Amino acid sequence: MYQLSYLKASSLAQAGQLLGANPEAKLLAGGMTLIPTLKQRLAQPSHLIDIGNLAELRAIKREGATLVVGAAARHAEVASSAVVREAIASLAALADQIGDPAVRNMGTMGGSVANNDPAADYPAAVLGLNAKVVTTSREIAADDFFQGMFTTALAEGEIVTAFKYPIPKRAHYAKFPHPASGYAMTGVFVVDTGSGARVAVTGAGAGVFRWKAAEEALQASFSVASVKALQHPADGLNEDMHADARYRANLINVMTKRAVAAITGESLV
Amino acid sequence: MPNVTLTLNGKTVSHDVEDRTLLVDFIRDHAGMTGTHVGCDTSQCGCCTIHMDGRAIKSCSLLAVQAQGSNLTTIEGLAKQTATGLELHPMQQAFSDCHGLQCGFCTPGMIMAAVDLVKRCPNPSREDIIHGLEGNLCRCTGYVNIIKAIDQGAKVMREAA
Repeated sequence: MYQLSYLKASSLAQAGQLLGANPEAKLLAGGMTLIPTLKQRLAQPSHLIDIGNLAELRAIKREGATLVVGAAARHAEVASSAVVREAIASLAALADQIGDPAVRNMGTMGGSVANNDPAADYPAAVLGLNAKVVTTSREIAADDFFQGMFTTALAEGEIVTAFKYPIPKRAHYAKFPHPASGYAMTGVFVVDTGSGARVAVTGAGAGVFRWKAAEEALQASFSVASVKALQHPADGLNEDMHADARYRANLINVMTKRAVAAITGESLV
Repeated sequence: MPNVTLTLNGKTVSHDVEDRTLLVDFIRDHAGMTGTHVGCDTSQCGCCTIHMDGRAIKSCSLLAVQAQGSNLTTIEGLAKQTATGLELHPMQQAFSDCHGLQCGFCTPGMIMAAVDLVKRCPNPSREDIIHGLEGNLCRCTGYVNIIKAIDQGAKVMREAA
């Protein structure tokens, strides 16, 4: 590990000040992506400002028709939270599929979403569920937040503090994990909001995106039959040693069908 | 250099370390507990798994300063000192009984992950055990006997609880 300075913030306000005073600093929460990145020297911030244990960032609560999850809530806490399971069971189930148990004990929702890895799971939930990303200065709609590979709408010094998820009528996340890394080769979060459908795809493209054709089909009739004949185009999808674009396009079709079937209880055969 | 003071296997440990010192290096190099291994250095293999405040974590992916004031348990902290000698933890005994290891390098992490799994899920199914071991790699055994060992260890831990 290279030489760096560690600062533990005692409040969100202090974290903001430390971030402002140290232009080359980065925030540290769970560190499950950041620390391995630093060990490989893929990034070398001068300071780490630890916000992972701030109580003001860790609450999980229901406020009417909204589920509010603090940015420093750990994946294991989201997965096992009775509040999350009751409000949005698919979000708890998604959290239980991230990384491995030790990673889930440290990694945070805010860290995952702010990093916006194109194969991360949480961005699919945030976009699919049409959540708002709450920061130290504003609330950002999911449709505006994600801007492609490792890129978000966050400004310099802006800190994600919470997520506000409208509680959907029903939803499901179907993931095809890479067998070694556990990251999504493709994951599809399908949501029946009660007044419409949203389909968010992660792992397949340069960043999480919505599949509008599937949304329209599901809006007309929320059933496997509606999406059965749909083919997502391969153009622009990720190609790497694990899968080419056509394979990922097919995974989008299959994961979408599986998610819809899990929601409606229909059989896929 | 910051001072890091924490509880390691029931004893208070205090050392001055650099900010960049990884927790696993604090445990091995400063506290002298070498049962916790470094396998991959990329947070994939799980050899460095320990318990921090009762939760399994990968000690190669934390800074020592992040563990300030915490309560750590490593593989050395599992066995119990009794009047007749050291008594292995049921999970350690199960790995021994079931031949849940060959070279043994991954074993400390496997056992710490397994104890954490059984605490959360006292009666794990075979699927639960496989899902619970996703962060721990073994290059010798093919996992068959590890799964068998965790099944036995869980049973003995349940009976003792």
